[in-house]
Amino acid sequence: MSTEVKKVATRESYGNALAMYGEEYPDLVVLDADLANATKTNIFQKKFPERHIDCGIAEADMTGIAAGLAACGKIPFISSFAMFAAGRNFEIVRNSIGYPHLNVKIGATHAGITVGEDGASHQCLEDLALMRTIPGMTVVCPSDDIETKAAVKAALDLEGPFYMRTSRAASPVFNDHEGYKFELGKGITLREGKDITIIATGVEVSYALDVAEMLSGDGIDARVINIHTIKPIDEEIIIKAASETAEIFTVEEATVIGGLGSAVCDVVSAKHPAIVHKLGMQDVFGESGSWSALLEKYELDAKGIYKQIKQLHKNG
Amino acid sequence: MEKKELQKKAVEVRKGIVTAVHAAKAGHPGGSLSAADIFTYLYFQEMKIDPADPKNPDRDRFVLSKGHTAPGLYSALANRGFFPVKDLETLRHLGSYLQGHPDMKHIPGVDMSSGSLGQGLSAACGMALAAKLDGKDYRTYCLCGDGELEEGQIWEAAMFAGAKNLDNLCVIVDNNNLQIDGPISEVCSPYPIDAKFEAFNFHVICIDGNDFDQIEKAFAEARATKGKPTCIVAKTLKGKGVSFMENQVGWHGKAPNDDEYKIAMEDLEKLEASI
Repeated sequence: MSTEVKKVATRESYGNALAMYGEEYPDLVVLDADLANATKTNIFQKKFPERHIDCGIAEADMTGIAAGLAACGKIPFISSFAMFAAGRNFEIVRNSIGYPHLNVKIGATHAGITVGEDGASHQCLEDLALMRTIPGMTVVCPSDDIETKAAVKAALDLEGPFYMRTSRAASPVFNDHEGYKFELGKGITLREGKDITIIATGVEVSYALDVAEMLSGDGIDARVINIHTIKPIDEEIIIKAASETAEIFTVEEATVIGGLGSAVCDVVSAKHPAIVHKLGMQDVFGESGSWSALLEKYELDAKGIYKQIKQLHKNG
Repeated sequence: MEKKELQKKAVEVRKGIVTAVHAAKAGHPGGSLSAADIFTYLYFQEMKIDPADPKNPDRDRFVLSKGHTAPGLYSALANRGFFPVKDLETLRHLGSYLQGHPDMKHIPGVDMSSGSLGQGLSAACGMALAAKLDGKDYRTYCLCGDGELEEGQIWEAAMFAGAKNLDNLCVIVDNNNLQIDGPISEVCSPYPIDAKFEAFNFHVICIDGNDFDQIEKAFAEARATKGKPTCIVAKTLKGKGVSFMENQVGWHGKAPNDDEYKIAMEDLEKLEASI
């Protein structure tokens, strides 16, 4: 990816999208738990102060309040770091939102290893796995600024619980073209290929495109698929990849247990058995460091993914 | 409604509780019976509701934060006409809409699903907040258990309600003094309950929660209180109305067998005759 490409952190896109749709959706209420400056809901707050509720450092309560608001016809978006929005909150999301299938949207920022310097305590690697287990929950992990804004709009139009993870790290904007179309539950083939398939989500998608370019220099023709909706997952696009290419590599900045990789395995194991290599955090906690240094250490940047694919593909 | 009529309704609600739990062969009679007078007052006197229009957006809301006492709520709803009283006998049965804990998706009149303790008060805060945002005058009522006050989320919600001056919210604590492991004062005491809610910026009213005169006065005072939420600390008798269940911790979550059911219903018949 060239250096002049525009970069935006998806949490910033999230805050901008809320502010952008505030007028069109008068029932939209944004709740935060003392992190409005970090989750970027402060952008909405400046425009619609009366519809921005700071609940203080009380994520469980914020989640329940959102359930009550939704039960009265509001469309609440609750915001916190993924560690608290999904991790600390799991049982409250499950019982107060998931079980009654209430129209609550969870905007979880600072997900994954790209939280960076704050370290393992704040790097939520488990959110995709946790949220995926709740019946009726839609789980989205957008790849860039354009996709995040489209996902927020889709969430507002969806009746039911919705979880979206965004990142603190600035990532390249690559969906800013005419042909881009966001549809919940529909993966996007960004690059055709016949040898292997790389299925990525979130900030890893742009790296996957870089990796495909690097692999083509070695004579490996890699297909790249962007799975922005982890649940419901696009089975068709995955089965097609499993039948047309020799191996699948999934890439996520999350634990490989239960997230994108597992969701892909769930599809192919039942419908078209294929070799799936799950790249991500391999059952370990993260640590402090800049997000780029961490992606390098855990081999989740372009160079690291390329290295892992070369190694695994050769062995496979 | 006259006091005597309310007392008679409360006996019907109690009969429904005992019948439902007996038919289910499981459930929570103790805390349902202790709160039966509060359920009765809310559904037959206090709340602006219509059984023919249970989803009316302007209705008053009720959240049963102590969701395990669903038999009490269900019996009040059934006796009020939200669904047939006969259906109480299907409680907890496979295929019945009367789930073990309140299920807002399938039970007419249930405003919020609950059961996992500590979560209902937050939802009630959300409902009260929604009314404020929309400039509507409906009120939200939330019944908590006294043992439930040991859950941390209750105090997060209490802090929110107090801080945001939710005067359209009324919390009732069913202070029957018993939880599964024993008296609340011995397990991990949440006392003093009144002083705690006062410290969280609530207007607090302490009453005998099995006395309709005091219940009526308290709810009127709550409605008249502006600028802060109200908490009614209702001292009640667990198992109230059934001789062998009264103040017995063992009847927190146990169903009467056929013989016990007969005695319980006789107790309630006698109670009705005494009114």
